[in-house]
Amino acid sequence: MTDMIEPVSPDTLANGSAHVRLGSNAGQPLTRADGRLKVTGRATFAADNRPDGMLYAVYVSATIARGRVTHLDVDAAKAHPGVVEVMTPANRPPLARDPDAKPHPFALKVDALQNDRVRYAGQPIALVIAETLEAAAEGAVLLAPAYAAEPARMDEATGEIFATEIAGFGNPALFEKGDVEAGLAAAARRVEARYTTPAQYHNAMEPHAIVAAWEGDRLILDMPTQAPALSTAEFASFFGIPPQNVLVRSPFIGGGFGSKAFATGPYLLAMLAARMVGRPVKMVHRRDQQFGPVGHRGATRQTLRLGAAADGRLTALDHTALSTTSSFDDFLEPAANASHNMYASPAMRMAHQGLRNDVGTPGAMRAPGEATGSAALECAMDEAAEACGMDPLAFRLANYAETDPQTGRPFSSKALRECYTAAAERFGWSGRPLAPRQMRDDEGRLVGWGMGSALFPCPMFEAEARATIHADGTGTVEISASEMGQGALTALAQIAADGLGIDGDRLDFRSGDSSLPNGGIAGGSGHTATAGSAIFTAGADAVRRLAEIAVADEASPLFGASNSGVEARGGRLHRVDDPSRSETYAAILSRAGLSSVTGEGKGARDPAAAESRAMFSHGAVFAEVTVDPDLAQIRVTRLVGAFAAGRIVNPRLATSQLTGGMIWGIGFALHEETVYDPRTGRPMNADFAGYHVPVNADVPSVEALLVEETDRHVNALGIKGVGEIGITGTVGAIANALWHATGVRVRDFPVKMETLLG
Amino acid sequence: MNLFDYVRPATLGEALGAAAHPGAAVLAGGTNLVDLMKAGVARPERIVDISRLPGLSEIETLEDGAIRIGALVGNAALARHPAVKAAAPAVAEAVLAGASAQLRNKASVGGNLLQATRCAYFGDPASACNRRVPGSGCDAKGGDRRGHAVLGWSDACSATNPSDLLVPLAALGAVVEIAGQDGTREVPVAEFHTLPGADGDAGGPQLRHGEIVTAVRLPADAARFAAASRYVKVRERTSFAFALVSAAAALDIEDGTIRAARLALGGVAARPWRAAEAEAALTGKAPDAAAFQAAAEAAMAQARPSAEDNAFKIALALRVAVRALTLAAKGTPERMPALPASVFAPTLSAPSPSAPSFQGTAR
Repeated sequence: MTDMIEPVSPDTLANGSAHVRLGSNAGQPLTRADGRLKVTGRATFAADNRPDGMLYAVYVSATIARGRVTHLDVDAAKAHPGVVEVMTPANRPPLARDPDAKPHPFALKVDALQNDRVRYAGQPIALVIAETLEAAAEGAVLLAPAYAAEPARMDEATGEIFATEIAGFGNPALFEKGDVEAGLAAAARRVEARYTTPAQYHNAMEPHAIVAAWEGDRLILDMPTQAPALSTAEFASFFGIPPQNVLVRSPFIGGGFGSKAFATGPYLLAMLAARMVGRPVKMVHRRDQQFGPVGHRGATRQTLRLGAAADGRLTALDHTALSTTSSFDDFLEPAANASHNMYASPAMRMAHQGLRNDVGTPGAMRAPGEATGSAALECAMDEAAEACGMDPLAFRLANYAETDPQTGRPFSSKALRECYTAAAERFGWSGRPLAPRQMRDDEGRLVGWGMGSALFPCPMFEAEARATIHADGTGTVEISASEMGQGALTALAQIAADGLGIDGDRLDFRSGDSSLPNGGIAGGSGHTATAGSAIFTAGADAVRRLAEIAVADEASPLFGASNSGVEARGGRLHRVDDPSRSETYAAILSRAGLSSVTGEGKGARDPAAAESRAMFSHGAVFAEVTVDPDLAQIRVTRLVGAFAAGRIVNPRLATSQLTGGMIWGIGFALHEETVYDPRTGRPMNADFAGYHVPVNADVPSVEALLVEETDRHVNALGIKGVGEIGITGTVGAIANALWHATGVRVRDFPVKMETLLG
Repeated sequence: MNLFDYVRPATLGEALGAAAHPGAAVLAGGTNLVDLMKAGVARPERIVDISRLPGLSEIETLEDGAIRIGALVGNAALARHPAVKAAAPAVAEAVLAGASAQLRNKASVGGNLLQATRCAYFGDPASACNRRVPGSGCDAKGGDRRGHAVLGWSDACSATNPSDLLVPLAALGAVVEIAGQDGTREVPVAEFHTLPGADGDAGGPQLRHGEIVTAVRLPADAARFAAASRYVKVRERTSFAFALVSAAAALDIEDGTIRAARLALGGVAARPWRAAEAEAALTGKAPDAAAFQAAAEAAMAQARPSAEDNAFKIALALRVAVRALTLAAKGTPERMPALPASVFAPTLSAPSPSAPSFQGTAR
């Protein structure tokens, strides 16, 4: 849908330099820069590294969820040919920091053999280091752990429910506005419904993997991380070394989804192992080891109470969530917070409680809170629309939030109406019968249509970048950004080329290494905005320095122009008042006798803008499901989404991100679920034969439209984010379409066929 | 993974000698055994790699019209073989409804016959499992048994056989050819896996240690059903998932009367469940909804849930059987559907476009 993209922006950016403009490279639907490397197998992922002398480590996963390890047969493991060392709590080298400490509120406790306690199935309880992977794996088997097991607490009946002030990463767990009870009492129509979502595990294609090596007091790490430079301080703190002594190389990440943003117990053990044996150590998780120590999306039980007046306008919106976390840490899926900013209501209440179970600590998983919360909210809105006898889209338009319902602030931009229109038109929503079970395909299968609104915040974190113009007129931009399949290398390089005013093929874009300027974190859908701002500013800074040289140089055709009187494009500086007077970067540097000029830049949210505006990406998703009326087989036969996310840097890759999010929504609605044994707490489907995500046959038609949106507040580049919003809206749209097809309200995810069999 | 010897015998005789070793396991496509080894479920001391043995990779039509399928024939090759497609289209449809294209290229017919149950407790060495360690108990009891058996199970085991291929093979009366050091023998596919019994006996494949499956033979009789046979497979995901329930139905219809019928169900028992009562009930009847309903009810008459969470499979299996019979009666499709065995495969002559093509019609 490139035709819907805003053309080259005429806006001059208000970020300190008028020399460069976004738009020559940014905005183009380039194919991904790393595509060829990946399809030919030449992209080097962490597990592809094999430094000389490297050993293999395999950690042992606890098979109970609660209790103590009473015995490990270390002698048997060590006697196995090829086994070099066995690490247990008895001989684990000391760490400089307690893995159970929380030095800052966002820190998660990790399990690094600090004692013999087991607090979830899959927790590391020992590690075997060997000459080969096979020997390490067999050593792990030979350890044959014995346990003193206690009953696992895996549900509401056995777990402890607790009050909380915080949900997610530092968000208030309670928000109240107006009088919800009064709003409900005054309502002409009321809906109350309870929804459940299961524990889901990230399961990126690439499992967690690390090759750790020590060179004296320097720690060299090849590992996939969503925050290469940012993570050095955290790793260093565990070993009592300065952050600059840690080098993280993370050129390619095979999917992260929030699971590769933090230190994990197994990662620390691999680093310890390398120090213990004095050789590089590689550790790659087995697929089942992704279920436990690297975070997950915690299960939720959500209750929605909606009141609406006769005209369909909400009188109250009450969303409460019970979010499951571990027995020892506090991350709670902030599900109810998804209702903060979507619909206008005079009375609102969003509240959370925690439930302690014997599971690993959950964490951020693609759209944390928004995915689970939007699923419940959009279902409840559909039920409310039905109660009001209204078309679901008309009902949402009746409750359109002109200002942010939570803060009352104006939105920095909000093209949600345009999203509704574009997606509804493309989908063919008009003419949809209100009542369920009205449509059949020509094979007699039930067909239903449903929709949901999509929303995701536009955070910015902090990032730094460096840009250099070389004597030959080429440019280099350096930033420790994260390419995790989303296309960051491509999109950020497009911004970088524009920042330097050069063509993309004249740019050397260096990324994925912690020794480069700190690119922050690829998370929260804020990477392009944050890293992109730093990159663009750095480029503009370099060009400004070059312009200073040129306008002061009597031999330059630009001599005498004011600094703001020149502009850069195509590797040349031009006089604004006479574009025919221009000079190449190379000529300017050559005459000045310089080999290069370097600029620096930062990316961060403008605090004033953050205080005055509410900033979100918006979207609308429409779903068609087809259901076999006898066999309850479900297929999402069509999905159409339209999204407004500010400036789109690369429409091809943005569409891919949005489409991927929508497909994730199909998996959320119909497939993804962790099945725990209720007695042992072990995930019993910890592989791709049992833990299902959609396959191609499940996604016959998925379309993401990009809706034009100009945002002058979110950041100077006008970039929001597209990484997570595709899931939101989609889950509800599918569930609502299922109701429309069958007349059955599904409130427990994933939907099982027995729910529909009747 | 434990250390093991690896041998690659050159002849069947050598292979039988090597497989007789007490800790030996036979490797063909490896799509199941290697997974089980990585999970620690199988810990063989010796791998006997038969994947390159001569003479086991052919599909031949015998003089009596039977089709002999070598044990090393790949699943993909089986599904596209002209003789198989012509005589037993439901076999091809079942194969194509299973696994992924990559796995079908690698997996063998003999390996499919011996494919282990996908019960999560069988696949988890930390769980008690009578099927893995006879007499050790069954931790599936009290755990997740949504996919478990509703026919032929016992207190010892309620796991199901995961194969798609075996369902039409059982329906059509295929026979397993087995070689051992003492000679050869044959077992019907439908009886190849014994049902669980009492006292921790989970049952299992009727293959004595050291024996090797050499072929599966489809009787000539199978071809009489070629014009009216289907496989239907139901699962949450549209592809690349094991069946919750499946059914192979094959009818020989003449002058509006069913002369003979074949029906087997998958996903409901420890083996493909040949429904002889249903077949008898259909014989001589008109191929209509009432007959199919009665047949399906006969097939499921003895069914009982092995746990609360699989009770729905009884009603589901009944409906899947009816669907398979109904589709079979409509006639084998001229071309393999793009979604083999799926209820979303078009059954009308005109394929449905993906754009909304339906008319809103009140029910």
